[in-house]
Parts: sequence; C-alpha cells; structure tokens
Amino acid sequence: MGAERRELLMQGNEAVAEGALAAGCRFFAGYPITPSTEIAEYLSVKLPHLGGTFIQMEDELASMGAVIGASLAGVKAMTATSGPGFSLMQENIGFACEAEVPCVVVNVMRGGPSTGLPTFPAQGDVMQARWGTHGDHPIIVLSAASVPECFSLTVRAFNLSERYRTPIILLLDEVVAHMREKITMPPAEELEIFNRVTPTVPPEWYIPYADTPSGVPPMAPFGEGYRYHVTGLTHDIRGFPTARDDEIGPFIKRLFRKISQNFPDIHMSQTFRTEDAEITVIAYGCVARSAKRAVVEARDRGLKAGLLKLMTVWPFDRSAVEQAARRSKVVLVPEMNMGQISREVKRVNNGVSTVETLNKVDGTLITPGEILEKITEVLS
Amino acid sequence: MGYRYEIRLSGSGGQGLILIGIILAEAMGLYEGLHVVQTQSYGPEARGGASKSEVVVSDEEIDYPKPQKVDLLLAMNQASCDLYFPDLKEGGTLLVDSTFVNQIPSLRAVRIPLTKLAREHLGRGMVANIVALGAISELTELVNITSLESALVGRVPKGTEEINKRALYLGKSEAEKALKEMQGKEIVDYTLEETAV
Amino acid sequence: MKEVTKLIHKYLRHDKKFPHVSCPGCGNGIILGALIRAIDRIGFAKDEIVLISGIGCSGRMPVYVDFNTLHTTHGRALTFATGIKLAKPELTVIVFMGDGDATAIGGNHFIHAARRNVDVSAIIFNNNIYGMTGGQFSPTTPYGMKATTAPYWHIEHAFKIAELAVTAGAVFVGRETVYNAKGLDALIEKALLKKGFSVVETITHCHIQYGRYNRLGTAVDMLKWQRDNSIPVEKAQKLSSEELEGKIITGVLVDRELPIYQHEYDRIRERAREIAV
Repeated sequence: MGAERRELLMQGNEAVAEGALAAGCRFFAGYPITPSTEIAEYLSVKLPHLGGTFIQMEDELASMGAVIGASLAGVKAMTATSGPGFSLMQENIGFACEAEVPCVVVNVMRGGPSTGLPTFPAQGDVMQARWGTHGDHPIIVLSAASVPECFSLTVRAFNLSERYRTPIILLLDEVVAHMREKITMPPAEELEIFNRVTPTVPPEWYIPYADTPSGVPPMAPFGEGYRYHVTGLTHDIRGFPTARDDEIGPFIKRLFRKISQNFPDIHMSQTFRTEDAEITVIAYGCVARSAKRAVVEARDRGLKAGLLKLMTVWPFDRSAVEQAARRSKVVLVPEMNMGQISREVKRVNNGVSTVETLNKVDGTLITPGEILEKITEVLS
Repeated sequence: MGYRYEIRLSGSGGQGLILIGIILAEAMGLYEGLHVVQTQSYGPEARGGASKSEVVVSDEEIDYPKPQKVDLLLAMNQASCDLYFPDLKEGGTLLVDSTFVNQIPSLRAVRIPLTKLAREHLGRGMVANIVALGAISELTELVNITSLESALVGRVPKGTEEINKRALYLGKSEAEKALKEMQGKEIVDYTLEETAV
Repeated sequence: MKEVTKLIHKYLRHDKKFPHVSCPGCGNGIILGALIRAIDRIGFAKDEIVLISGIGCSGRMPVYVDFNTLHTTHGRALTFATGIKLAKPELTVIVFMGDGDATAIGGNHFIHAARRNVDVSAIIFNNNIYGMTGGQFSPTTPYGMKATTAPYWHIEHAFKIAELAVTAGAVFVGRETVYNAKGLDALIEKALLKKGFSVVETITHCHIQYGRYNRLGTAVDMLKWQRDNSIPVEKAQKLSSEELEGKIITGVLVDRELPIYQHEYDRIRERAREIAV
C-alpha cells in the first residue's frame, strides 16, 4: 500500500501547502484567486489543527501586510496568489525587502495582462517577480516544475527567506499547480529547516539593522524585550529613518550584498545531457518538462541536445548559463511569454553562442514537438 | 525503452471528470506502482462548459505531462467527442457515453450508456463517471479493478462508498458485455492487442 | 521632577530621533501624549505594546516612543496589525492612522478590520487634509473648503469616520478633540481596555495646510474652534440634525459586545484538533 511509504498522489498546490507546513509555516493570509486557491483551502484546514492561523483578508494588499506582521511577531508566514493579486502585493513585497522581513509569496502564473486567462497557464510574470515592486532591490525567485519540487522548493523558499531576511517568490504555473503526481513525503527529521537568527545580545546592545559578515542582521521578534523600530523608510542601523548619504548608500548596498555574496547557496539548477550538447535548451517551470522530452526525442534522432533547467530564476544564474553558452553552439529558450528570461540569457551570453527563442502565448503548454522542431531547424 | 499510455477523460463541467482522473491516477500510481501525472483543463464555469482531465502513465519518469496522442479517450458528451476524437492514436480506444453521444465517429468505439445505466441501476445519474471508471478497468490492462476500488473509497464522499463501488463494477461488467458484442460483430478486438503494453 | 517630564523620560526614545517632524503647534504630539498617559495609567509593559502606523504625519509618530514600533505602508497599518495580533495575541496592538490613511487608501482595510473584530485599537488623526504632502483634500475635507487640489472649492462630501466605524461593526467607537486633551486620554484608555476592534477618532488641526488655505487662523484659533464646536454625544442626542451641522460630536458613540476574532478562531483550532485532520 502506498500510504505506508508515505507515498501520495498530490496536487502541486497541495504540495506547496504541505511544504510550507513542513518548513514551519504557521500563518497564512490570502485572498481567493484561480489558480492558486487550493493552497489557501488546504491551509485553512491544516493550520488551525497545528495551532497556526489561516485568515482570508479583504484583498491581496491586506494579505501581504498581515503576512509581514505575523513574521515580525516571529511566526513563519506566507501567502499565495496569481497575477492580478501578485500585482497588488508588490507594494508590501517592497516593504518586506526594505524592512528585511522573511516571508514567502507563491505566484501561480496564469495568462495576462490584467484578468487574462484565469484557468490557463503562462510564464508572463517572470520579470514582474524580479522588478514588480518599485525601487532598486534584490529578490530571490524560485520556479517549480513538478509536484515533488512544489514541496521541496517551498521548504527551500522558507529556508532562504529565514536565512537572508528577505521575501522569496515561488513561481508556479497553472499546469504545475493543478497537476497531480506521486510524491514521497520525507519524514520531518530528514528535512533541513533553517530558522532566522535571533539576537544573542541583551536588548540594550541590540542594533536591529547592523551590518554583519553575512550581511544579514539578527532579527528579534516583537514582544520579547527588543523594542526597536521597523519602517519602510530608508533607515540607519538602528532602524530609524535617515537622510544621510553615508547611511543610505551602505544600507542599500548591504541589501544587495547579502544576496550577491551567497549566490552559490541561492542558485539551483539541473542539467540533462549537456556534456556534449550542440544545443542547450534553457527552460524553467512546466516548459522544462516539455524541453526534457524534446531533448530525449532529439537524441533519438541523433541530435546532440541538452537541457539546463533553472530552479532559481532570480538572481539570474549567470554561471550556469555562461557554462551552457560556452559548451553549445546554440542555446534555445522556450517560454510561455514573448521573451523574458531569453533577454537575460542574451545579456549573459554576450555573443558567445547563438540564442534562439521559442515563444508561445496562446494559453497552452509548449509541446515537446514544438521544441523538437525548433531544435531540428536550428541544427540543420 | 519504456512505454507511455495517455488517457483523456472529457465531457462537461460537473460530470466528475477531474475526480475520476484523480482516482485513476491514484490507482495506477499508488496501487499499481506506475509513474503517473494527472492534469486538467477547464473553463471558468463551475458547472457546464467543457472539461477534461488527463492521465499519463508510464513505467519510467514522466517529463511532458500532457497527452500527445491519446491512447484512451472517454467522451461523456457529443461536443467533447467531436473535439477530441482527432487526437486519438490510431488503434486507440474510444469510450463514449451513448446516453449523450449519438454521432459516433468510429465503428470501433465502445458504446456504453453510462448515465442511463447509472440512473436505472443505481438511481443516480451522477455516478456515471464511476461507471466509466469501471469500464476503463476493462479497456486497459494498466489498472486493476481492485486498485480502482481502493483509490475510489478514499476519494468519494463518506457514505457514498457503496453506491460508488456498485457503479464501478457495473461499468466493468457493461464493458465486458460491450467488448463481447463487438467481437461477435467481427469488429477487430483492437483494444487489448494494440494498446496493450 | 514634573509628572510630564517623568513620562517623557519613561516612554520617549532618546537616541537620535529628535527634533521631531511635526510643525510647531501641531496637534499630533497631544495625541501621542494622550496615548502615553493612557498606557501609563493602565500599566502596560512597554514590551507588550506594538504601535503601528501608516503614512503621513501620523505615520511618523511611533518612532519617538519606546515600544515595538512599526511604520508601514500607506493605508495598510491595520493589515500588519491583524497579522501581528493573530500571530502573537498576548501583544497589545495599537494603530495610528491619518484621515486619508484610514479612509481613502486604507478605507477597505478599515471597514473590514471593524467587521472582523480583531482585538486592535485604532486611533485616527483627523486633520481634514493631507498635511505631509502639502495640503491636498482628503476624504474628511468638508464640502466647500479649499485645498491645494481643490483650489476653487471642494465639491465632495466628507466621511464621518466614527459613524463609519460604528456602521462597519467596531465594538467601541469614540471621538474627541485634541483641545480636550484630558478627555482624549480618558477615551483612549477606554479604547485600549476594550476587547475587540476599537476606534478613537481624534479631531486635530493642521493650521499649516488646512488652516492656512481656509483662513482659519493660528493653531490656537483652531483649538478654540474645536472647543466651541464640540458637543458631547449625550447632549447631541437631544438636538436636531440642523443644530448639529458642522459640530463635533464627542464621547463614546458605541460600546458593545461582539465575538472577538481570536476567540472565535481558538474555537476553530479546538475543533480542528478534535477531528484531527
């Protein structure tokens, strides 16, 4: 029997919810929106059982605010949404970047712009995930391509958010979110869970936004003696608003440094048959699955194709892409948008190899056949 | 080289196609130990509109999650039969609910009045989807009726297990009957030979 | 040491935050002072207070006081408050908002916080104008008045914030002027002690923006206007709507018992444990 092995048939959205619970998430605030709603529904059942809190807010602006509030109180918190709601969340995602509040935002991508295609997949929010909130800021964005990855990358999203005190965006698409696959749930003791570093100094010595070698200051939860100020204004090391250029610059640079000096820890990708690939397909999310099939079929035809699957979308995995570009004559970037990650690939490739694109925006998943056709055309 | 078998369950919203997709995937994945991916596509309507649920099953890891050429197509209304028949693999199996599908594009279609049977034998047209599931167990060797029964019990509302089990076995026996009839008429027994793996 | 000086020493942050941003003569300091007196009288520990604000002149107040302080985004203070209170119910959560903050950009959050009845106290600084951005009209700028974005005159009608809160379901709603500073701290004390969502609408003056465009005089003139136009709610009940036109109805408008969100959610938790999902 499957159940004894803890092997389950689970939906992507449900696996996200299970991953969140396994990572220690005990607070969810959200607003119903297709195709992400199952995450909220699942957690509305499970969280109260675990002593956690589920709350349906009046909109996504509020959801994001409540998530940040809960995190400041010391509780791991998340929300889940889709395009229109993700747009509304941008304001407070920026707050979480500025005030360095750990939290996880799941965006199940559907067709857009605007209301777009509520029940159809797309990958149009990749740049929005990077630059959606105003101002210069780093951000970490992950992309899941399977039900097991929905689980493991949600755990990873929480771990990264706690480690780097930053909001993490997990991108799904309608295909992955609604897909059901087998998943073997790892026992809790096998999971590596990271909890935010809290201050060890007494309150009077605590400097809430002090620079540290990692660039990440320890974070005191509200209500435990460390009374400090949290603001969306640019602030000094004590958290107080500042207008001094010798404080503003170092603060913004530290926000970037805490991410950039840890790229090896943050970047995550997989390669498939790239060793001798004359063409490397660079894909993420559900399209990576079509690409893998296309690579298998291309190899069957004697075409030397390989796949680089990006699981960390932002910060962009420059070294992995550069490696692919150096090894192959051609890289091909299939995306369910008019070309978002392909722009980054072109920038990073910098003329080393030829960058081809395959863009599909009709609300259906790119098929292996379409990618194979492009591979064949490019290599002949 | 492994095999890949693709099932599409289609009809209108509210006919329970996503549910039987999940049960089928669970039976094949957890009880038969195969690799399985279930996906779905649906319109904005909660009821009515077009609905389909798809299951891809394989003995190795599944990359592309959607069917490319369908091995088994269930059509529970005329519109879905018309729309999806062209995607059926040559020699693939077409199962239609002949309560609603009367223009059948293939002589070799397995015709079972799923909804009518559900109404007449079980008093509830809404278990027609489970009748279809039982029939599917007879049309492919990849899933056993007992696996389906185990998966079904965990997925249907409490208190409806019995009627659903009866629907499942009804579907199986009706499919047996239909296949026998087709053999009698000297229509090639394509189902088990050509799609068996 | 004077009583006031003692309170200042006890509650104000002394590191780096002064001078403050408020204009000379502003009423905001009176509201902050009233809150501190109320907190001190109740005897809350500083660690258990979270003081949250949105954007605008009111938004800049929490930074000066020695609590857990949180300066959020425009209009959203109540949403952060909801998250904090539900995640850590033992904290006392107080929210400062301006009139534009609470009823324009944050209007939806305000009515839903009142409806939901999470145990949070909202203190609204109503000065009838957007002060920090330079005097644009707000949802409480009265009809016919002037603002930088109503250079001819204002053609919209004002929200009555306290009455809006009553209708939306707040369990405690009061209104007071900064002129009546003692009445204000008494009212805030009641609001803080009330379980559930409580609202104190504070009528304050912005002589720098609103007063200047509308020739209402100095801060002192505007305070006197508050004094002369305030009517306690008990007295107001006996007056006609014509007699109440342009007046400030002060006191406790509503004080009622309704189920509190956290308590209701605790019951959900118990039930979820029973059925062991």
